[in-house]
Amino acid sequence: MKDMMAGFELHQPADLETALDLLNRYGEDAWRLAGGYDSLDWLKNRSRGASAVIDLEGLEELKGIRETADGLEIGAMTTLTEIENSSIVQQRFGLLAEAASQVASPQIRNAGTIGGNLAQDTRCWYYRYGVNCYRAGGNSCYAAAPEAMNREHAIFGASRCVAVTPSDCAPAVVALDAEIVIQSRRGERIVQANDFFMQPSVDIRRMTVLEPEELLTAIRLPNEWSGASFYFEKVADRNVWDFPLVNVAASFRMEGSTVEEARIVCGAVQCIPRRIEEAERLVRGQLRSEQVAESAGVAAVEGAEPLNYNHFKVPLMENLVKRAVRGV
Amino acid sequence: MAELIGKDFTPPDIRAKVTGAAKYAEDFRRDGMLFCRLLTSPMPHARVLSVDASQALEMPGVVGILLPEDVPEQPGAANNILTYEPHFVGEPILAVAATSETIAQDAIENIRLELEPLEFCTDPLESLRPDGPNARSDGNTVVPREGVREIKWTANDFEDAAEGRLPMGQPGAEWSYGNIEDGFAESAVVVEEDFVTASTSHHSMEPRTAMAYWENGKCYLHASSQSQSLPLPGAAAYIGIEPEDLVFIAEYCGGGFGSKGGAYPIMSIPAHMSRKVGRPVLMRISRAEEYFLGSARAGFQGHLKMGFREDGRLLAVDLYIVQENGPNQGFGDMGSAASAVTITYTPLSMRYRGISVLTNTPPRGAQRGPGQNQMHTAIEPLLDKAARELGVDPLDLRKINAPTQESRYGGNQGPITSAYLREALELGAEQFDWEARRARSGDRNGPKVTGVGVGQAFHSAGSSGFDGLLRISPDGRLHIHTGVGNLGTYSYASTSRVAAEVLGYNWDNCEIHRGDSSRGLPWNNGQYGSNTSFTMTRTNYAAGMDALGKLKDIAALELGGTSDDYDIANEEVFNRRNPSRRLTYAKAATLAIELGGRHSGNELPEDINPMTRRAAEQLAGTGLIGVARDNIEQTGMVPALAAGFIEIQLDIETGAVEIVDYLGVADCGVVLHPQSLANQVRGGAVMGFGMAASERHVYDPRWGLPGSVGLHQAKPPSYLDVPSEMDWAAVELEDPNNPVGVKGIGEPLMGCAAAALLCAISDALGGHYFNRIPVVADMIINAAGGQPQSYRPLQVNTQ
Repeated sequence: MKDMMAGFELHQPADLETALDLLNRYGEDAWRLAGGYDSLDWLKNRSRGASAVIDLEGLEELKGIRETADGLEIGAMTTLTEIENSSIVQQRFGLLAEAASQVASPQIRNAGTIGGNLAQDTRCWYYRYGVNCYRAGGNSCYAAAPEAMNREHAIFGASRCVAVTPSDCAPAVVALDAEIVIQSRRGERIVQANDFFMQPSVDIRRMTVLEPEELLTAIRLPNEWSGASFYFEKVADRNVWDFPLVNVAASFRMEGSTVEEARIVCGAVQCIPRRIEEAERLVRGQLRSEQVAESAGVAAVEGAEPLNYNHFKVPLMENLVKRAVRGV
Repeated sequence: MAELIGKDFTPPDIRAKVTGAAKYAEDFRRDGMLFCRLLTSPMPHARVLSVDASQALEMPGVVGILLPEDVPEQPGAANNILTYEPHFVGEPILAVAATSETIAQDAIENIRLELEPLEFCTDPLESLRPDGPNARSDGNTVVPREGVREIKWTANDFEDAAEGRLPMGQPGAEWSYGNIEDGFAESAVVVEEDFVTASTSHHSMEPRTAMAYWENGKCYLHASSQSQSLPLPGAAAYIGIEPEDLVFIAEYCGGGFGSKGGAYPIMSIPAHMSRKVGRPVLMRISRAEEYFLGSARAGFQGHLKMGFREDGRLLAVDLYIVQENGPNQGFGDMGSAASAVTITYTPLSMRYRGISVLTNTPPRGAQRGPGQNQMHTAIEPLLDKAARELGVDPLDLRKINAPTQESRYGGNQGPITSAYLREALELGAEQFDWEARRARSGDRNGPKVTGVGVGQAFHSAGSSGFDGLLRISPDGRLHIHTGVGNLGTYSYASTSRVAAEVLGYNWDNCEIHRGDSSRGLPWNNGQYGSNTSFTMTRTNYAAGMDALGKLKDIAALELGGTSDDYDIANEEVFNRRNPSRRLTYAKAATLAIELGGRHSGNELPEDINPMTRRAAEQLAGTGLIGVARDNIEQTGMVPALAAGFIEIQLDIETGAVEIVDYLGVADCGVVLHPQSLANQVRGGAVMGFGMAASERHVYDPRWGLPGSVGLHQAKPPSYLDVPSEMDWAAVELEDPNNPVGVKGIGEPLMGCAAAALLCAISDALGGHYFNRIPVVADMIINAAGGQPQSYRPLQVNTQ
């Protein structure tokens, strides 16, 4: 634990093209700086060399919320506060406004961006402390050891690493079936939100599919889920500056009082936002009754494998899914 | 009297604080100043076999290195300055000074350390096992008045305890009074539980930064300190100089909560470095480092048994505490915890046993209500359990056992000065509408349940024997010199007003001198232990009375008659029978200088402390000097008592607890400064809520690594976790041992809130006793869902 920043080169590109050039030039040595709150910890801990910090603040084209024919496009550098307060996001995709409003603290949301929130690294305390674990390039997982303190860790999808996604917005964009726009010198590629997050079984060293030379530039919310019935809830130890113990984001397209289509996603239970297709299947074509909610909750935790200190996540996740379906 | 006491005012340092003009230790700069960084231990217990700093010292900008052999070795288990045998992750081994902080840290990274890992321990009970690990090479416990010893319990001790229950082997300390066997035999209800209270970090907003330089043989030290005069001799000893050669500057402090009450070793590092390299040195401590160097509250693993008569009277208490003490001397929490039981619940008989066990986690130190507040969090929910079994209202059970003026304190059952806890409970019940709220207890609204609780807490709150010093200058102004410190409670100012009150001063004509030992400051107690209000009103009263006597003496000498003929009003001293014979204070001060001797401080009382003497000598001849030791009679321990009332909503599906309303009630004697008391009630409550239900202290037992380094990991409550409005009240009954009727109050205001919240959580869950704090969401979810908790009984450093 160094807690003292090292020197680095600071680049402040004024347009996207320059930024992409810089990312291409520095590759693994580049550090993308958005709101800067997570970056600050990493830079102070010196556990990752970042010789070239690329400050994205000057990229106006990455800021703001735009209506398109297909839905809404939100620039990756749009602040969480702006999303939380945007009337169009509130009216059409209230789920994301609600999720954004639960991130960290009002002050952090004023600087923190949607792109940074989605691309942020895991909060596993062992990894953050700086141990040489799998995710850091080593050959063990400290958090999965028999005596390890793993209250905040995964109950699903562990693969050597038991870290979880800490984002509040990530389950929301998956529940909205958003598209993630990624640019690099090679051009643009679009990834479904569901496929944006990285399983440790695929690549244990990163949390998203972003390559070193790539930049997340925008999030597109499709009209398909505009104005649906939404539910977001986050359970954490504190109401300010805390990460979820479990969160849930759900979208229900209703026909009368019947669920026509649903997407139910939980965060902080797995390394990626966990979409619960079995629960979605159970509620499709049903009323959002207590009974349906119960069965969706039970289905959600099917196959959960808690560690020594996170058994509570099983009933918590079950309860949150139940509440999402109930809508209360 | 009472022109100033009990009135709100604006303390003189507030404007600088809110505008940012206030300068804390890290805001000072000197020509040629260097920055130093620490190389700290990555291991919980290790021996440094070699240090190779050759590469580091060749780096441009690196000026010097400070090694353990360059600083005084500390005796026994005292906290080290630097050491080759670190006993916790984060303990400083050496320091490097450079022209910038970045270079200093770069140099630290280029130092090669060879470390031999040594056995370590993060759980006291493990260390007490016959073959358990010791945190130190010289033992595993600190025995009061003896020091470090090895105490191991026998295999039988462990086998005698039921599965998951606290073994109770040989204690390191014990006392008893009355006959507990008889007490339990006569009890209608006996409740008995084990408990764990977590260690909690201090989270001081200002990390303990220090800056030092040497000039003309004196060392100037800018430190982060709660206290002013009291730490000076200790700081001088750490630096290795005489107290008169140290200028100690601590005008502002960004919170200490007990961790900056006295001198602490690392504040001397920049002074040693500065002496070695011949340039001023600033050592900034980072937020993360503060979690290692900023100390923590001791955690308890305990056993508590209480026996009650049918009418609710507490007949017997049997208490055993295993204290997690960190690796060093630590603090006497467990003894204070036991004593708190005697005065808050007045058991007719009690036995206390305790043992302080060393672990390789950060050094423990005093934290707001050290011992008392842990005790109250364990005992108050258990009182509720007893109340339920007795069929008595929890509030009534507390009133039945509340202390009276005849109640006694501690194992030796000494006298007290005043105790009005019952009155606080009655006042609070009325203001909180206890009956109506109690009727709502257990109400359900979907998954949300209403819980209601009342909690109590105690701390001894006053001392005596320190000195007061003031000066009336020839322009007639009053200069009050105070050496108590400026923790942030503003009590340095409110207690100074007592001198002005005694002399009938308009507050606009008064000035407080403080914050820098070169300003002529008296020997005062530290600003800790809730003592300032009691202790410093006495010193300022004593100095004020001394000055008052001198004003009358001077008037009699100048205008005839005897001093008894004179009185004061409007900053003049006048003859009662002939009011036209009068002197302004300004004139009296001028005459005091002319008269010399004791009037001008050229002759000083024999019984004042040498530090006060030096301060008074500095002021001598510049006005009328009031200087006196506080020799006012003190007939017993001064109890500060408090009661908290709370209503919550608990969501059994998510474990979320929302505080709906809170009221804190203080038994602090006469209220000195209402705004400040209100802030103490609210601030104490927030800290108490954290202790009860959110603050974490996590260590990995396999590696001895900390999992709560930073505010977001340690989780003290934030402004959105507490109600924006919280109510307060005070009993306002005078303490007879204080000339203005005042007692301290800071610490129990935290404990009563913590206890009240825990009682309300238990209440919402139908009386579930959690056996540990903090009670966090996972524990509530598990309890509500009827599933076992994840941790083992009595396990520590899990949350």
